[in-house]
Amino acid sequence: MALPSYTETRYRIWHYVYIAICTFVFFFLIAPLFVIFPLSFNAEEFLVFSEGMKNLDPDAFSLRWYKDMIYGTKNPWGLAAKNSFIIAIFATIGSIILGTLAALGLSSRHMPYKGIIMATLISPMIVPLIISGVAIFFFMAKVGLAATHTGIVLAHIILGTPFVVITVTATLSGFDHSVTRAAASLGSNPVNTFMKVTLPLILPGVISGGLFAFVTSFDEVVVVLFLAGLENTTIPIQMWTGLREQLSPTILAVATCLIILSTLILISAELLRRRSERLRGINR
Amino acid sequence: MSSETKQILTTDGIPLEVSLKKAEKKNKIKAFLLVAPLLLFLIITYVFPIGEMFSRSVDDKMITNMLPKTFKEMEKWDGKELPSEEVFSAFYYDFKVLVEKQEHGKLGQRLNKEKNGFNSITKKLFRQVKRKKIDESISIKEQVMKVHKRWRNVEYWQAIKRTAPPYTMSKYLKGMDMYYAADGSIAQVDEDRRIHRILWLRTLEIAFFVTLFCFLMGYPIAHLLATLPMKYSNLLMICVLLPFWTSLLVRTASWMILLQQQGVVNDFFVMIGLVADDNRPEMMYNKVGTYVAMTQILLPFMVLPLYSVMKTISPSLMRAGKSLGGTPFVAFWKVYFPLTIPGIGAGCLLVFILAIGYYITPALVGGASGTLISNQIAFHMKQTLDWSFASAMGLMLLSGVLVIYWIYNKLVGVDNIKLG
Repeated sequence: MALPSYTETRYRIWHYVYIAICTFVFFFLIAPLFVIFPLSFNAEEFLVFSEGMKNLDPDAFSLRWYKDMIYGTKNPWGLAAKNSFIIAIFATIGSIILGTLAALGLSSRHMPYKGIIMATLISPMIVPLIISGVAIFFFMAKVGLAATHTGIVLAHIILGTPFVVITVTATLSGFDHSVTRAAASLGSNPVNTFMKVTLPLILPGVISGGLFAFVTSFDEVVVVLFLAGLENTTIPIQMWTGLREQLSPTILAVATCLIILSTLILISAELLRRRSERLRGINR
Repeated sequence: MSSETKQILTTDGIPLEVSLKKAEKKNKIKAFLLVAPLLLFLIITYVFPIGEMFSRSVDDKMITNMLPKTFKEMEKWDGKELPSEEVFSAFYYDFKVLVEKQEHGKLGQRLNKEKNGFNSITKKLFRQVKRKKIDESISIKEQVMKVHKRWRNVEYWQAIKRTAPPYTMSKYLKGMDMYYAADGSIAQVDEDRRIHRILWLRTLEIAFFVTLFCFLMGYPIAHLLATLPMKYSNLLMICVLLPFWTSLLVRTASWMILLQQQGVVNDFFVMIGLVADDNRPEMMYNKVGTYVAMTQILLPFMVLPLYSVMKTISPSLMRAGKSLGGTPFVAFWKVYFPLTIPGIGAGCLLVFILAIGYYITPALVGGASGTLISNQIAFHMKQTLDWSFASAMGLMLLSGVLVIYWIYNKLVGVDNIKLG
């Protein structure tokens, strides 16, 4: 954004002010995440930068909180991580299947009552989580699924499907329906057409919707707080309890791992988005 | 159409129109069947339970079932003076049944909510009934009235009468710091006990200001991202997307570290001499913490819709504006800004809806003065176990959100929601 040489001084000043504002906002967005990294390697128990850390003294850094996270006695993180992954994976699979089917139906031009059905399907995204939590809790308690993995997975499918519906519908909006007609005219049955023609083309949308569903489930705490028993503790629940009771550096070690995980997810989502745009012929 | 025109037939001999309609119908059913599994699943596990919240929030059947005879007799009572002997004896026999079922305590608690002082007088009555002190052959009214002077007070009987209908709006009134007064009219809670109204106002205030801050901070960077060449903007986009994908709790934790009294932000303020070392301000467990953390957490939801709108605005429009004699400011204000209004609408409403129902961050960094209505709902769900009140407040919040969502739909359309 180089300025043309004829720019007046006041606009020149404004331009630098604008750049400064943007820099500040970007810093405000990203910097808090980077505070966690160094502190998770703190050799001491306090959540402040010690004198040694400020002087980059190697003795002030250690891996003890990571060891505590993995080997620590009565440490809930192992069970929590296992539960989180199991719940998130099943919730993602459920959301993908239900959400993709629904998106296929919704993007058909024959679909009746499109508006109201779309609004219902994405309502879990709009309704505040606390209300969803209360409603889902009442349902799960009634059918006896409270404090079970199944109950939490079902709850996360409810919260995750809107993302799949939205991303897949968006992918299908640029979808050329003549290819499925071509497949049908060549003698392919609908299931075969879907698996061989439609699915490979919408796959980036499906996967990126799945990523959203995964993250939603993996990061979800409000609904799980209502549903989970001691056996169903997840990483967010443990973080929540930890943050409420006392901020221990072990939490920061976990948080660092989560940031690395989200970076990986971000990269995959970005790659998928580009691939999807390439496939749909959107070149920018 | 003239009568001679032949109807167009398909090869099977069926009129084309009929055949097309059939195919159309088949397609409709096919499309619907694809949506049906998710729709059914959501209706059963989600839409119905929200409806159930409503019936729970107005439900008052417990006491109706506890005092069936009393309410039947009370129908004849005008409610102005002390009820007749029949009402007293009906109440006595109902109460006797409750004592046998050991449910008199529940009745006392429920009535106590209606009018203070019921708990102790039902306990007194319970003792008399248990010791069989009440002689059923003579006037029961006289004996019950002797148990405690409050049984002689007509206001208590009026309170019982008010609980007769199986449905009540009292939970909703309580959510707005109002209640049914003795004569059945709606009254305000004393000024120093109006906690819910403060919470509603605070929730609105925080949601409004967080939206404003997000807009003020999001607009410039969305503009920068949309106008920079691709290779730079992709890099900067990471700054928006990484927080977006990072766990909410991780981001809240990092703000807890930054904002604590010995935290990095305070260290920085001391270093540049803004505050004295022994006088570090509290930035956490109050509104400041809630504002700062929520703004950072919700900012990506503002930037992404703004960015996707700004991306479609051709830079030549600004150039045209300038070449027609507008200063850059005028060109921006008259040309660029109006074109971004759909994005502003989308971003603001998205952030506002998310902020109004926020729970986790205020609960962790908000302290007492930063808690919102959602925290109150969770409190009643988990601590007081007053689920009907929690449902009532949840539905009040939901109706607010639906109004905003409706406006959003009118302005932008739900189909235009974009994720990254």
